[in-house]
Amino acid sequence: MQQFPCPFCGLRNEREFHFAGEAGKTRPDTTGKVSNADWASYLYTLKNRKGEVREVWMHRSCSELFILRRNSVTMAVLGHEQLRKDVP
Amino acid sequence: MSGFRVNAGGLIDRNKPLNFTFDGRKYSGFQGDTLASALLANRVRVMGRSFKYHRPRGVWGAWFDDPNAIFDVTLGDVTLPNCSATTTPLVDGMHARAVNAFPSARFDIKGVLDRFSRFMPAGFYYKTFMWPNWHLFEPMIRKLAGLGHLDPAVINDYQSGQHHIRCDLLVVGGGATGLAAARVAAEAGQSVILVDDHPEFGGGLYRQGCDVEGQKPASWVKEHCQAITAAGGKLMTATTAFGVYDHNMVALAQDKGFGKAPDLWRVRAKRILMATGAMDRPITFINNDRPGVMSVDGAMEFLGRYDVLAGRNIALLSNNSFAQSAATVLQEAGAEVRLLDATQGQARALGGKVLRGVELNGKRISCDTLLASGGLTPVVHLWRHAGGKLDWNAEIAAFVPGKALQGMVAAGAANGTFDLGHALAEARAVATGKTTAKQPRTYQITPLWPEIGSKGRQWIDFQHDVTLKDVELAARENYVSVEHLKRYTTLGMASDQGKTSNMAGLAAMAALQGRAIPEVGTTTFRPPFVPVALELYHGARRGQVFNPLKRLVLENQHRAAGAALGEYGGWLRPGWYGMQDITREVLKARGAAGIFDASPLGKIEVMGPDAAKFVNFIYYNTISTLKVGAIRYGFMLTEGGIVYDDGVIARLAENRFVISCSSSHVDGVSAALESWRQDGNDPDRIFIHNTTQNWPTVTVAGPKARAIVEQLKLGIDLADFPPMTWRDGVFQEAGVRVSRVSFTGDVSYEISIPVALAPALWDGALAVGEPLGAGPIGLEALSVLRAEKGYIIIGKDTDGEVMPHDLGFGIPRTRKKAAFVGDRGLHTDKANSKDRRQLVGLRVPDSADAIATGAHLVETSGAGFRSIGIVTSSYDSPTLGHPIALALVERGATRLGEELTVWHMDQQSRATVVAPVFLDPKGERLDAG
Repeated sequence: MQQFPCPFCGLRNEREFHFAGEAGKTRPDTTGKVSNADWASYLYTLKNRKGEVREVWMHRSCSELFILRRNSVTMAVLGHEQLRKDVP
Repeated sequence: MSGFRVNAGGLIDRNKPLNFTFDGRKYSGFQGDTLASALLANRVRVMGRSFKYHRPRGVWGAWFDDPNAIFDVTLGDVTLPNCSATTTPLVDGMHARAVNAFPSARFDIKGVLDRFSRFMPAGFYYKTFMWPNWHLFEPMIRKLAGLGHLDPAVINDYQSGQHHIRCDLLVVGGGATGLAAARVAAEAGQSVILVDDHPEFGGGLYRQGCDVEGQKPASWVKEHCQAITAAGGKLMTATTAFGVYDHNMVALAQDKGFGKAPDLWRVRAKRILMATGAMDRPITFINNDRPGVMSVDGAMEFLGRYDVLAGRNIALLSNNSFAQSAATVLQEAGAEVRLLDATQGQARALGGKVLRGVELNGKRISCDTLLASGGLTPVVHLWRHAGGKLDWNAEIAAFVPGKALQGMVAAGAANGTFDLGHALAEARAVATGKTTAKQPRTYQITPLWPEIGSKGRQWIDFQHDVTLKDVELAARENYVSVEHLKRYTTLGMASDQGKTSNMAGLAAMAALQGRAIPEVGTTTFRPPFVPVALELYHGARRGQVFNPLKRLVLENQHRAAGAALGEYGGWLRPGWYGMQDITREVLKARGAAGIFDASPLGKIEVMGPDAAKFVNFIYYNTISTLKVGAIRYGFMLTEGGIVYDDGVIARLAENRFVISCSSSHVDGVSAALESWRQDGNDPDRIFIHNTTQNWPTVTVAGPKARAIVEQLKLGIDLADFPPMTWRDGVFQEAGVRVSRVSFTGDVSYEISIPVALAPALWDGALAVGEPLGAGPIGLEALSVLRAEKGYIIIGKDTDGEVMPHDLGFGIPRTRKKAAFVGDRGLHTDKANSKDRRQLVGLRVPDSADAIATGAHLVETSGAGFRSIGIVTSSYDSPTLGHPIALALVERGATRLGEELTVWHMDQQSRATVVAPVFLDPKGERLDAG
């Protein structure tokens, strides 16, 4: 079982976490025109990279959402960042 | 002549004799014996039958590497199937029976199968029973297959304890290497755990028959154990490290005695030291599976640990330098030993159930026991579990752990360091993170692998009866990858998972293809290292505790009122009260009022300066225009535009809302709200607080609801309380929130109250309601009431394709200007299709039966039918006196009045499409309050 670092609670077992998506995906501005292709890409296209990945995870116990950097091959945890931008 | 006790030593306690039976015969052994060692001491040679050909088999190894002796064991009222005889400690009163053999291992009536073996090569079943249909033969073949018999009786208290523990260093394997390493690490201040699967530490020391660092093995082991304990280390015997998982988690199965479930320890170790030793590998020669053919290591182990000498007249067939010292030890114990060089030519075991001798290069040597050693194979399973690579070491003709892993090291025989002195030096170095210089090894081996094309039946996998010829056949049929070879021939797929067979199998395949062994590679090593009870994995998490039900604050009140409680969306809720009479409860609710517990309804507060903008984004419906004091019904969608949840939202203040989602979606909606709050919004300007469990809700619904609530004296002017608004009230000095939201189509008051006063409110509502003809109703009646009004349940009346405009809520889709979750998803080609399934009602004649829920609506298409929709809810309506149904039907909204064909279980009937509201379409009952 893997251990992930929650910015709030520290190192916890993976079963407390929930994968929320790949990091870096921005929701298209739906008040304007969004093509079928762009919308489909937003919904379904995942990079699913082999190796180093940046992902958004939620720690279900405290509901904190954060960015986890890890290696999808070796399962090594490389680091984590706050999701919110305003924190120094 | 066969095995016997030497009375020289070993770890058995001769003061504690134990009686047991095997295949119905009585035997005795000693405390400290395994079933196998006790049988061997009683001169029993045939301990099992092979899986396919029912060949008689004796023990090959003395521990986890034995593939042959597998017993169903009964002790008292517990029977466990498929116990390995070599690893099951003997207990007084055991009754053991060889699996896959009838009436006994010695006289097995299916032994005749071996005569037909030439017609049953690898793939025999696949090829033979193809025509006309495998399934015709399957039941018969399944009866032939399988090993032990499962006793259907439930074993009392068979529950695995679950432990979690951390340490600096976990040492796996309590032989000389493990003990030396654990001691050094513990004395250097590390927190150390040392585990070994035997009941005693010492590993291979007892079988080697030599002193260690000037001491007898037992005293050296004792001294080290004491030192480790004194330095704060933890010692665990009879505990198998059966798997290494991500981030250095090692799973240990701790034996708790026969018939008791093992305990599971999840160890999170900063470093793991693999000191798992090495095992002997078989030599592939003719009839190498005969009883009496044993591994050298196995025979030495039986002697050193259990004081059992495998035979009196021993031939020792080997290709490596350890043979000489083994021969010396066996001779000292009283055996005659002939040392034979296995590399000199093809060997053949002579005899059947009783071994008569061995033929080497045409020369016959008589013996009662033939020990074989094809070289040592380091036990590297855990290394591979952890993702470590293996290197081929040609000098010792074996795979050894490759490049060091982060957090894991190997030492001793497991690392290919077979010399005791070198292993101890290596152990002491790596325990504290140092390395050792390579030392010249004394171990010499002449590689010896299966000889392709050689004559006779030569076993590679003993338990599954895979011979060299089967491997050759697989190669001819192009199953050349070791993974394909394994699956085609079942080589390595027996309960020992190829511990003895994999090396010979892949060496044979390498030779067949003219490739080097490391090029062919190994099959994947996966946990568990040895079979473990499934029980181990769940411990107490079973039955009710597997997925605990959420319990209502008012459960005692419901029980007192005679509620039939059942699981609804994860909650234990009343299905009905008293005798199951849903009609009576429905009519009571329609005639007077139904009083029900709506506590599981979501109560998720959304607060903060950006709350209004946020909920407007979350909801399909426009929420920004909602006035303080008002309530609105709406949908939450997925980004694909699919209806995820429906419910109401109340505006408590300018910047404060309460989302009342459906009962089973509270956790999901909370998580979704948190996701959107933190991802894409300023989390300091929005706060989400799930208060569902803080506010039990008592709902009073029906024509007499207002009269009842009036008498509860909540301090609210009910004359000025229109539908879809909420009011603050007071009940016994506690603040309550009352919402006029209806799920039945009648006047309805949802009263949410702090936990402490919920029972008083419930009792009060019943006390004033019952004289008026009202009473408690359960979820089943509620389900009928809402269907009469055409109110949907998400997930029952909708599925993963339904969008809001399919349910008659199309306006926000075209009019809402602000962005909202799922907005773009509502305008795809699919969403715009004219053929979407839409919610409708169905009517059948008054005297007809209700349509089955799940029935299809079909139209004729060529010779067959095509489904154009499904019935999602269907009831006999007590209020209306006829059946009603809700359905999703293609272009349903355009079909009002149309008669459709209903298809269910090959029966056809007719139903008419109507609007999905059966009761009070104008809403007069709803407004009556």
